Amino acid sequence: MTRDLLYGVQVPGGSGWSILLRRQQALRLTAQGPDASVSMLVYAAADTTERLNVPDTLKAQMAAAVRAPMTLMSDMGKALLSVTASSLDWHDAITGHGLDADIAARFGGTTYQSARNEWRRSARTCLLEELRVHGLDNRDLHATVNWFTKIAPADDAAGSLRFVPGHAREGDFVELRAEVDVFVVLATSPHPLNPDAQWRPAPVRADVFAVDAPAADDAARQFRDESSRSLVMAERSCA
Amino acid sequence: MSTSSQNRTQQQFLDVVIDAGDGWIGDIPAGSLFRVVDLHGNQAVDTLFYDAHDLTNRFSAVDTIRFQGAVYLTTGSVLRSVNGDPLATIVEDTCGRHDTIGGACAKESNEIRYGEHTRFQHACRSTFVRKAAERGLTKRDLTHNVNFFMNVPVTSTGGLSFADGVSAAGKYVELRAERDLVVLISNCPQLNNPCNGYDPTPVQLLGWSQ
Repeated sequence: MTRDLLYGVQVPGGSGWSILLRRQQALRLTAQGPDASVSMLVYAAADTTERLNVPDTLKAQMAAAVRAPMTLMSDMGKALLSVTASSLDWHDAITGHGLDADIAARFGGTTYQSARNEWRRSARTCLLEELRVHGLDNRDLHATVNWFTKIAPADDAAGSLRFVPGHAREGDFVELRAEVDVFVVLATSPHPLNPDAQWRPAPVRADVFAVDAPAADDAARQFRDESSRSLVMAERSCA
Repeated sequence: MSTSSQNRTQQQFLDVVIDAGDGWIGDIPAGSLFRVVDLHGNQAVDTLFYDAHDLTNRFSAVDTIRFQGAVYLTTGSVLRSVNGDPLATIVEDTCGRHDTIGGACAKESNEIRYGEHTRFQHACRSTFVRKAAERGLTKRDLTHNVNFFMNVPVTSTGGLSFADGVSAAGKYVELRAERDLVVLISNCPQLNNPCNGYDPTPVQLLGWSQ
């Protein structure tokens, strides 16, 4: 079984980053502090109008949260990424990510001039910057997966939501295998429903590995017929 | 919660029926009231909202959910844009619950969900791209929609299902436009799950100006 570390990047809290992740590569994200949050957008590198579709991903796999061994499906029915392993059984995908207005209201606004690289930027601002330097823009936004974040619905009539503090601790991880070549954009700003009175975004380690394509007995393939079919669609597009 | 009808003195500007599997795109001015009527019951109405003066400031299901701190849409729910701006508010709801995490069906997702035999069946995304093109919008402009009259319960253990419709013939939902809107609708043609009671039917749109 191939598993060779290609390179790693330490992403500071409150920052944006993007990466072209090729088929037969995996991205492992490791929380470097409590309540880390990684809001992620995913696009098919061959055609960025094909992108992660959270509703399709959730309804096909009958889930209100992302967890191993689900696949993350595009709007064209393809598995873009598979969640091959995680120390956590819940990653949010239904509450989006923060806007600068949230941060200004809670923590006060900052500028680069006043705070240098400690300025408080929302996940949206970080994601848009990465999109724009790649020729994409706000038309390309979609619902993010918020790795390490748990926002649990109550079993009440409204489906009330509650942020679960302490869900992610230092060392928690998730590993994502690319099923086609994908463009991944991420931001490490705190989730806006995190009630922490202090701004202390946790850094995240991002390591890229060379891995094998999913085998016949791969966990995602065996998870559900829908997950398996999404892998077949990805394989056909790479054939 | 469900609320009931009220007297109205406004000028009616819209009264159209959307056939099963067809769509609609049109303008709803700020301050006007916009009603979707489930004429025959258990009909999912996939709906997207755009700020008419900035089409990139479009409906966002996840921002809507985060701002209200709850999953389901009903009376009092404010439908938010991707920038957090209020686009519309649900002011009446005789159904009681609407979905915004189930998205729209597409031919490609049908094949994933139901198998190869459904690949060539009509789907909401086909209607969305056809009607969106009338206003110069493309697939990039399609985002996760509201499903009026659709029931997609989630559980505290992370489960999600497409449950039988909570709607019935004559139930309706009414919204107040909080700014000038472009509204895009697919009257869902899905045959493979209970969202349309396995029998897609027409719906009616009504609008009253301020």
